[in-house]
Formats: sequence, C-alpha cells, structure tokens
Amino acid sequence: MLTINGKKVVADGITLNNYLTQAGYQKERVAVELNGSIIPHSAYEQTRLTDNDKIEIVQFVGGG
Amino acid sequence: MEEKRIDHMKYLPDMEIIDSTMLEDVLQYHDAFRNEDFTAKNVKSALAKTHLEPQDFMALLSTAALPFLEEMAQKAHTITRRHFGNSINLFTPIYFANYCENYCIYCGFNSHNKIHRAKLSDAELRQECTNIAKTGLEEVLMLTGESRHMSDVAYIGNAIKIAREYFRIVGVEIYPVNVDEYKYLHECGADYVTVFQETYNSDKYETLHLAGHKRIFPYRFYSQERAILGGMRGVGFAALLGLDDYQKDAVATGMHAWLMQKKYPHAEISLSCPRLRPIINNDKINPKDVHEKQLVQIICAYRLFMPYASIVVSSRESPYFRNNIIKIAATKISAGVCTGIGGHIIEDEQKGDEQFEISDTRSFDEIYAAVKSEHLQPVTSEYIYL
Amino acid sequence: METNDTFVLGGHEFSSRFILGSGKYNVDLIKAAVEQAGAEIITMALRRVEAGQKDNILDYIPKGITLLPNTSSARTAEEAIRIAHLSRELGCGDFIKIEVMRDTKYLLPDNAETIKATEQLAKEGFIVLPYMYPDLYAARSLRDAGAAAIMPLASPIGTNKGLSTRDFIQILIDEIDLPVIIDAGIGRPSQACEAMEMGASAIMANTALATSGNIPLMAKAFRQAIEAGRAAYLSGLGRVRETASASDPLTGFLGD
Repeated sequence: MLTINGKKVVADGITLNNYLTQAGYQKERVAVELNGSIIPHSAYEQTRLTDNDKIEIVQFVGGG
Repeated sequence: MEEKRIDHMKYLPDMEIIDSTMLEDVLQYHDAFRNEDFTAKNVKSALAKTHLEPQDFMALLSTAALPFLEEMAQKAHTITRRHFGNSINLFTPIYFANYCENYCIYCGFNSHNKIHRAKLSDAELRQECTNIAKTGLEEVLMLTGESRHMSDVAYIGNAIKIAREYFRIVGVEIYPVNVDEYKYLHECGADYVTVFQETYNSDKYETLHLAGHKRIFPYRFYSQERAILGGMRGVGFAALLGLDDYQKDAVATGMHAWLMQKKYPHAEISLSCPRLRPIINNDKINPKDVHEKQLVQIICAYRLFMPYASIVVSSRESPYFRNNIIKIAATKISAGVCTGIGGHIIEDEQKGDEQFEISDTRSFDEIYAAVKSEHLQPVTSEYIYL
Repeated sequence: METNDTFVLGGHEFSSRFILGSGKYNVDLIKAAVEQAGAEIITMALRRVEAGQKDNILDYIPKGITLLPNTSSARTAEEAIRIAHLSRELGCGDFIKIEVMRDTKYLLPDNAETIKATEQLAKEGFIVLPYMYPDLYAARSLRDAGAAAIMPLASPIGTNKGLSTRDFIQILIDEIDLPVIIDAGIGRPSQACEAMEMGASAIMANTALATSGNIPLMAKAFRQAIEAGRAAYLSGLGRVRETASASDPLTGFLGD
C-alpha cells in the first residue's frame, strides 16, 4: 500500500511511469513528489513504487 | 615654503575604507546638475508632488525656482509644522580645542593662521559646561579644530564623558575618524556626528585643502557612513555654501543625506546650511552667490525633499534671518554662541581665538524669548535615555 | 501612452501592467479574458490532480503568455519552497509568486515566512514576486532577500474592497526601488486606476473579474483603467494647491 494524493492505493512494485499511464494522467502536465523529493520527468521510468511511499501528483489550476 | 601636495583622492595608511559606492552616486548627481536645464514647468511639477524625486529637488535648487520662492516657503512651512509641530530645538556649540593640522585656506583655525591655540583642561571644560548648563541648555555640540595629534580620540572621548555629566544630548563635530573610534565616542556618550564636506567638487576641494588629513576627500565623505556603522544615532551634513557653485553643492549635500537615509533608514538626518563668513586675518573671502534669498531657497528645497530632516541654521546668520527662517523650515538653532575656546568661562575672555565671527550673538534667554514670540516652542531636549 | 514605457520583472520586459488571475472562473473564458485584458502574465495555482482529470488550464492559455505560479496553500516558507520546486518541474519558467498564509479566516500573508521563502528561492534563481502585507520593514527585507518586485495587498484577498491600505502602499511605492504590484482586494477598475496614479507598477486582479457579470468585458475595463492611471502618473498629476496665504508672506523679510 502506498499513499497517492492522500489516498491509499495498491501500486507496489510498478514504475511511476506505468502508474501514471494506467491511471490516465497527462504526464507532461503533472509534477510528482515522492517522499518529499521531486521526481524529474526523465526519471519516471526508473522510479519503482514501493510499500509506504507517499506520492503527490500536482498540476496547475486556476488561481490568483 | 612650498608644501608637497599629496593626492587628495588617495586614502592615507591609517584611514579605514568601507565598502560603499555612495561617493560615486552622490558625485553623479553633483556633476549632472545643470542649472539651465530646469524651467518653471519643472519647478511647478516639483511643487505639486508630495514625494520629491532627485530631479524635483534639483529643479527647486535651480534659478528657475526663484520666482516660486514664496510658494516654496509656504509649502516648506506646512511640511515643517506637520513633521515637527511647533518645536524649535536649541543647542550651543562648545569649542574645546582649536589646534589644527590642516591648511584650509578659508578657515580661521587653519594651521598656517597665527592665532592663539588652546585646548581646555578637564577643570576648564567643567567650568565651561557649568556655565552653559546654568542657562538651561541641555544639548551641546562639541567642536575641535582638526588635530588628531593635539586632540586625540581619547581626549575627545574624555571631553564627551564630562559634557554628558551636564547635558542630555552631546553631538560632535571633529576630524573624521574610523568606525571603531566613532563606536568609542558613542560609548563615551556622543550621539550625533556632524561633518561638513565643505564642497563636493573634488577639484575645488583640492585647491582649498592644501595639507593635512582633511585633504583626503573620500575619507571625509564617508565619515557619516562610518559614524552610523559605529552606532551613532544621527549624522549631519553640509557644504560651506559659497566655496564653489552653491547650487551643485546643495544638490550634492541633499543627495548625500537622502542616500544615507535610504541606506540607513534608522539614522537621524540633519542638514546645516553655512555660508562663508568673514574670518580673522582674511578679509578677501566674501559670500559669492549665496545671498539670503538663495539661502532661503536652499533651505526650502532641503525641507521639501526631506521632510523628516532636522535643519540647522547657525549663528553665522543674523538674528533677523534666524527669526524668520524658523517660521519656514529651520528646526534647530544655536543659542548663546561663542566660537572661541573657553568663551563661556569668564565673560569677554577666552583662551583661544575663534573660528569665525558670528552674526547672532544673542544669549540663550534672548533666543528662547524670540522663538516663543513667534508662537513656536523652544525645546532643549526631546530624548529620554534608557 | 509612451511607447517605451515598459515594465521589467527579473530581466523580462512587459508592456502590459495588468497581471491576470485565473482562479474562480471557467477555463473556457480564459482566452477571452487574456485577450480583453491585454495581459502578458497570468497567475495560477498548483493542486493535487486526480487520475483521469482531462481539463488542464495550460491548454487554455494563449501562447506567449508568461505563467506566474503562486504558492497558495503554503502555510510555511518550507511549503512555499516545495510548491515552487514543483512548479518549476512543470517547465513553465522561473517566475514564482510567493503566498504564505496561516490564517484561514482573513487569508492575510505572513510576511516573516514570506521573507524566508523569498530569500531561499531568489538564491536558487527564481524570479520571486512575494505577496505581502504592506509593511515597510518587511518590504525592505524582501528587497534585500532578492525579490524581483513586491506585491502588497490593497485589501484582504477576495474582498473587492479596494485600497484600504492606500497610505501604506504609497510609502512602499515611494521607498522601495522595486516594482510595486498591487495584489488582492482591488474590486473596481477605478481603484486600479487610482493605484496606478499613485505610481504602482502593475495591478493583479482576479476576484473582481471572476465575480463580475461579464468576465471579458470587465477584463477590458480593467485594462483601460490601468492604462489611464499609468498615463496620468507618467504625465504628472495637476497641482492640488495648499491654501494660499498671500496676505502673510513668509519670504517678505527678504530684501530685493
């Protein structure tokens, strides 16, 4: 189990790239923080999700 | 004897150099000022503003502003009362030594002038202080001629300590010193440092200050900044108007003070407005361009540009002029002045000759009464020391 | 309008002085709002995105517009820095608007935390635009920390109350040698115009548009007001005379 955007998700063992694809994210439009560190887009394929990871996936929205 | 004139822009070995570009910044304004560039339109625009930029200040110092002098005075009056209320601060200078190692051709204290030299002993200074304090004065400005050799920092520090026993506020007007020395003098009880740059035209400066430490133009220029770095509460600025182009010198004085306030917002800023006065043994020097009208213009321009600055008008000016200028913009005047050494110890006797002849010889009581008669409030001290 | 009157932020030149917010309205309206506003800078926020969410604001912003991400939702300097890093990862430039708020009722910026975040991010090469409460000392600290501009609030954010902090903003305009962008609380074009007359460098508005009946039309009204205020400032406002008192001249004592 890991936590993505505050929700418990089962995705242990797969790469970040695969997760984002499967879940339907626009990869070029999001930024990802894994356990407090930003994962650059170039490292998505090499990053494997493991148990207890905390992930934040963010994008731009309207704001002032 | 022909003296070898050293490079006036080069620091001497014992002179501290601080990291600052203020000299270049101020000189840029000094050099950029062209009187003929300003028109009535620029002056009107400056008068319309509540917050003046350097360009506006320059316009108010230009000849184009003279026809607007009354309007400048009205506005200066309003701003002065808004910032200072009805207060007019009174103080007196204590000339406690007149040894000098400089050769400033316009000054009565200069080392080539054959005058009576003296410095007060502790006992004499105490006598001087006692007599001044008796009048009711609470603020003094301690002055010496510029001789580090005859009046060293320890001697001055000691004099400050003595003065603080009698007065609440002590300022100094002495030769420029290093940051740690200003710090020491502050610890002795001095809060204010006044240094007159005399003229901001360095070429002219060179021809007027032929010898001595004072010859070093940048070291003198950075005195106020070193004083603030040494912990002093406030600093005073002035050009001796009439030595060189008075408009350019007023521009530079104002910009120097303005940039210091910008860089050190906690510093109290004070401006003096001396004109050349006749001195002993030299009748040839007379005020050149700076008539009373021009002096009022300069004082008003200072006020409009720096509403917060204390403006000092010395006893070089006549009682009549001072009675009127305090209604417009001056906030501080000296009272009961004698520029000789020990002039307050025994009446009509002094130990050393004076620096210049004063024009306003009124006593503290007379000036106090004159200020009150203008419906202004004479103030001898407004600080509480903690 | 003077043709060479440009507005410089972190070395980038802009001719528009209207920074448009993109919050609280439909992304479909952004293009029209940007066009009518003549805006060259648009702000946005960073939020968690749910899987499968298709609408992305970046797809609705016209090309050539500078993006100014904010750090809203940050409560500390550390969080603001984190959000700034995430924003940069999205490849939208080095601009960042620092917002650190620790009060959910009034949403007032915390100047102390904002200064800390500004210092760090400026060191990292961001072009930092801190949203701040108009305090002179804080403004000086922000300048010293490397801010590219300061963004004092006119009124609490989202209130449309106008220049409640007028006198304090004037002090910042007079004293701080950085562009002063009025942010938050500007509710009407006339208020934007007044701020520009005072010498503000630019206006940032969002809620005023978002809560209006016609967003593009209000965007246009703001643009015109900002241009009018700027032109008035550049031309020098006419004199407001103090009461004349010619009967008692102060310089009468001077001889001719």
